[in-house]
Amino acid sequence: MSAIPQYAEIKTSTSRYWGLLLLLALVAAIGVGAAHHMELEGHHVTGMDNQVVWGLPHVFAIFLIVAASGALNLASLASVFDKAEYKPLARFSAVLSIALLVGGLAILLLDLGRPDRLIIAITHYNFQSIFAWNIILYSGFIVIVLAYLWLMMERRLQRWSRPAGFVAFTWRLVLTTGTGSIFGFLVAREAYDSALLAPMFIVMSFAFGLAVFILLLLLCFHLDDRKLDASQLLRLRKLLGLFVAGVLYFVIVFHLTKLYGSQNHAFERFILLDGGVYTALFWLVQIGLGSLLPLLLVYAPRCQGSVSSLVLASVLVIVGAFAQLYVIIIGGQALPLNIFPGYQVESSFFDGTINAYAPSLWELLLGLGGVTSAMLIALLGVRVLPILPLDLARENP
Amino acid sequence: MATELDDIELRPARRRFLLGASALAAATIAPGLLLYQVGQASESDAKTPRWGLLIDTNALSEADVDACVEACQREHGWHSEAGSKTDAQWIRKVGLSEPGSDQQRFLPMMCQHCAEPPCVAVCPTGASFKRADGIVLVNKHTCIGCRYCMMACPYKARSFIHEALHDQLPVAPRGKGTVESCTLCVHRVDRDGANAVPACAEAVNRAGRKPILFGDLNDPDSEISQRLQRLGGTRLRADLGVDPGVRYQGL
Repeated sequence: MSAIPQYAEIKTSTSRYWGLLLLLALVAAIGVGAAHHMELEGHHVTGMDNQVVWGLPHVFAIFLIVAASGALNLASLASVFDKAEYKPLARFSAVLSIALLVGGLAILLLDLGRPDRLIIAITHYNFQSIFAWNIILYSGFIVIVLAYLWLMMERRLQRWSRPAGFVAFTWRLVLTTGTGSIFGFLVAREAYDSALLAPMFIVMSFAFGLAVFILLLLLCFHLDDRKLDASQLLRLRKLLGLFVAGVLYFVIVFHLTKLYGSQNHAFERFILLDGGVYTALFWLVQIGLGSLLPLLLVYAPRCQGSVSSLVLASVLVIVGAFAQLYVIIIGGQALPLNIFPGYQVESSFFDGTINAYAPSLWELLLGLGGVTSAMLIALLGVRVLPILPLDLARENP
Repeated sequence: MATELDDIELRPARRRFLLGASALAAATIAPGLLLYQVGQASESDAKTPRWGLLIDTNALSEADVDACVEACQREHGWHSEAGSKTDAQWIRKVGLSEPGSDQQRFLPMMCQHCAEPPCVAVCPTGASFKRADGIVLVNKHTCIGCRYCMMACPYKARSFIHEALHDQLPVAPRGKGTVESCTLCVHRVDRDGANAVPACAEAVNRAGRKPILFGDLNDPDSEISQRLQRLGGTRLRADLGVDPGVRYQGL
């Protein structure tokens, strides 16, 4: 293994790079436009209502925020766990995590009923609120990872990059604990109310973040015609398999816990058996396409050397991630609150009924806008700064 | 309109400030601890009322509950189209029946004005707050419309305003993009104190018959405390420990 990796900006001036950038900017602009429309008209133009109060924008936002902390893993492996083989990828890992977090936060902000009151969210804190903690955790994460990135890139200060990496790693664990706890601490809803959601979100972040990392890394290398070496790809592949299996483990334990006591049977029945779209998303997309198939692709001996199988596995992990978050966030609200246990309930406010939700185009555009903003930031980052290693194939003879 | 609202909202803030100012030096060392203690102190202060409602479901017909809802709409100027999933409902008629039974009873359901309100705990900006007298409100000036309180409320008491509103009433300022709920007719409470009668109660109470009784839960001599002592009252989802200020009889 060579001692010092060489980094360089991607030197592409081809139409495919600028074309891609233009496309991403366009979708991001459309997303902002959609948010503007939602703010002008009010949220009645979305599929969200007083029953399902968080919808598709939150699925996108939480995916990006969870993936953001996970994308930092490669840097952590190098700095905290001393795995020198991941060091060439550490800078990109940091850039990508910032990009994903900014994209996710933009969606959350623009979905607010009053996004114009951002200044209030920054100046008024209720320290009992997990949201308020998250505002601090998210902004702190960006500052810490920026400092970490700088220490990694400034050769004279490189010895400080290890402690900075340690701080960033600790911070990201706390951050994802905070994200999981947004749901985990909601005691009144059967679908949530579990401390298990915090560690589950951490393992989800490992898998989602790595899947996004792999795809964008391959995209950047492809754009600049750089080569990744086979051993590096094999490491990423094995890591992805491990993380996907980890998520699956937490999903199984989460549902077994809820299944054991009979008070949560209504919720489990809804998700696992007769919840319609949520049941289908859970079994077919989250478990089948998003967990089992990627595991097969990652571990099947005949796929080992193939880049396309790794790309497909990563795409499937992301598809499964969206299904998982959709089931958690929207499926959890579709089930009515159990205000009068043991009674049959009906009201003008949809008590006792399964709440339907169909996302509107505006929500989808806002969500896609957040994803493309994140990609835009990452692609601009590798263009203006020496983030990516020149040639990984050359690094490891 | 603005001054009225400010007056309502400033009261607990001013109270906290005055209590907190004396301990300002120590507060810089352990602010969380002190705020908690100050909060507890105002709770246990025997002179501070805790307003609540006692609802006798046996004495309420379906028409009575409809009358409650209409009275609240008139009082606060909200309206909900039948079947609309996005219109606000500060109070609603809930029909309950035992599984396998056709026998239905009806009750009015609104913000339960919890002593430990989850909506206040989760609100990032502190817009969702509990007054010293136990009334849980939303500060319309600092609500950012994140809807976390709606996720946290065990009673589905809150509504988000999904579109622009017109013809608002001075006693109930509302705004698109913010969250709202029953105020326990706080404007009447601030005017009449212990003698206040919220609009829903006014709609169904007759001489000598009060199926919805408003009063001070902290005053052992109040009618509501006396009746609770004699006949008891159910807290909805008592298992959650949020200690609602609205109690039901006949469940």
